[in-house]
Amino acid sequence: MISTDTEAPQIEVRDLTLAYGSFVVQGGLNFTIPRGQVFIIMGGSGCGKSTVLKSMIGLKQPAKGEILYRGESYWDTDDDARERLMRNFGVLFQQGALWSSMTLAENVALPLEQYTALGTDEIHDVCRLKLALVGLAGFEDYYPNEISGGMRKRAALARAMALDPDILYFDEPGAGLDPISAKLQDDLILELRDSLGATVVIVTHELQSIFNIADNCVFLDPETKTQLAVGDPKELRDHSEIFAVRNFLNRGTLTPPSVSDDEPAASAPAAN
Amino acid sequence: MAETNDKKAPSAAALQPSKTQSGDLVVAFSGDWELGQTLPETRSALGAIASLPAGGRIKFDTTALGGWDTGLIVALSRIEESANKHNIEIDHSGLPEGAAKLLHLAFAVGERSGAKRSDEKSSLVIRIGKATSRAIGNLKSSLAFLGKFMESLGRFFTGKANYQRNDLWVTMQEAGAEALPIVGLISFLIGIIFAFVGVIQLNKFGAGIFVADLVAVGMVREMGPIMTGIIMAGRTGAAFAARIGTMKVNVEVDALTTLGLDPMDFLVLPRVIALVLMLPLLTIYANAVGILGGMMVSLSMLDVSATQYWVQTKSAVTIGSIVTGLIKATVYGIVIAIAGVKSGLECGSSAQAVGTATTSAVVSGIVWIIVSASVLTVIYITLGV
Repeated sequence: MISTDTEAPQIEVRDLTLAYGSFVVQGGLNFTIPRGQVFIIMGGSGCGKSTVLKSMIGLKQPAKGEILYRGESYWDTDDDARERLMRNFGVLFQQGALWSSMTLAENVALPLEQYTALGTDEIHDVCRLKLALVGLAGFEDYYPNEISGGMRKRAALARAMALDPDILYFDEPGAGLDPISAKLQDDLILELRDSLGATVVIVTHELQSIFNIADNCVFLDPETKTQLAVGDPKELRDHSEIFAVRNFLNRGTLTPPSVSDDEPAASAPAAN
Repeated sequence: MAETNDKKAPSAAALQPSKTQSGDLVVAFSGDWELGQTLPETRSALGAIASLPAGGRIKFDTTALGGWDTGLIVALSRIEESANKHNIEIDHSGLPEGAAKLLHLAFAVGERSGAKRSDEKSSLVIRIGKATSRAIGNLKSSLAFLGKFMESLGRFFTGKANYQRNDLWVTMQEAGAEALPIVGLISFLIGIIFAFVGVIQLNKFGAGIFVADLVAVGMVREMGPIMTGIIMAGRTGAAFAARIGTMKVNVEVDALTTLGLDPMDFLVLPRVIALVLMLPLLTIYANAVGILGGMMVSLSMLDVSATQYWVQTKSAVTIGSIVTGLIKATVYGIVIAIAGVKSGLECGSSAQAVGTATTSAVVSGIVWIIVSASVLTVIYITLGV
């Protein structure tokens, strides 16, 4: 699963527009994510972050534009190729989305049974290992409703990692976790990136996590319904020309600039 | 929030607008403005605002105000809204500090344009149009669902479908063996009812033995398949819808999709196949139990022996009528299963939506059973089978 092909960027989003019916959620999105990067999609609540994620993982067809995985356009290819691309994703949904009628081990085992030639014993061992990696050794035979929300999230991470995916997607990984667990989760994400060589895409607005783990980020604006900035979040926090971006990354502590100061920059979308 | 915390009995709230010589409007509040009390109408003040000359301002006098809570803020915000509409300036200085702050907070963020749901009634034409386009949309989605299901069925027969064998077996058990008691009970009772009606009517002209024909043909051709179908629509069709609908609410279906597992193959296929295989089997069982029920009534009420009854039954039921009944059962199995899984997959994302999906699975399942029963009966009569 881990290849060393580095020529085309792992993920490239080109002129992406997402809409529900005639209601445009986000438009004109352009960014590239090189292999091995931790990339954050951020923005205020309700700006369409999760919708962008949905279209990247193949759940929502974009109204316009394309999403390229190593140069291959996800939405323009045939079903077989799409399924092959999809198998390289691991997705951690906001609430975990574990299959509630299966035990944790069965949850992790399902992708393995479907896509590998491993025998029952080997699958059992892999499940134990993956659950141990997220600190859930011994919980193999528990059902998702028998464990806490934080544990469910970790179990879902184990399932997302089952096939050693090239790309891991996280939807609000820190939501509902206490500060210590959130920190541990951040460390785990970096660990996974380093050891698996995976590319990580995270939808979040938790600043602490963003500054801890992000290499790069895109800022989505609910007002103009497009991206306002792409770059290293620390850089953007201190030096972005756009007030809304700086203010967001500074937890809203900045005083609004006078009209002559920043306004021209803010009206030019997608400034880098 | 109350300014005064003394525990004396609340005094009646009152509101008195009065105009000053400089053209301002002073609204005086007195008494306790709390939600539990009867609060005066603010209309008198609003009327006074509308008749205020240009340049006039609104001021408040709260020196006689006792305790206050949201009741006061609601009255104030009405006044403020009215003042904004007439472009009249408001002086908040006369208000208690907390009230002024809350009022400021309530008006700090203006109403989001387009966020408020309009509840105006649309005309009949518009409603008919909307209903029609909704119906067309439903028809399209049903056809799309059927198309996808056929594709999935094709993958099943070529061995390319991704589903869990285990899921198929478990569903067969749930929709088959576990339904035996209820199907048996209902069919037995139906057989008894048939026989009672037959005994009373046919005995009038001495044709009591033909009760055996009535029960056997009635069960095998019509009532066996239909009663089994209706029981399974309520039992298994509803379970399919609730199970898949809940998976939808918990984004478990999305989790399958992102793993490259088509919900059509993984969830729909095993359920439809299990039910379609099980329904004819359950029908055979229902037929047998129904005939047994009829036999019991006949033996106790008529002067016939078990052998006579059995011979009469055997001569009445042909292989042909059994097969026509089983074909019906298979068709019912298809419509029940499709209605169940389709309602489940189209479920919205709330608890209420799961309820609606379950209801719609049962209702549309039963409606389709009756519709297909009528169609098949007409076809059988035309073909003479």
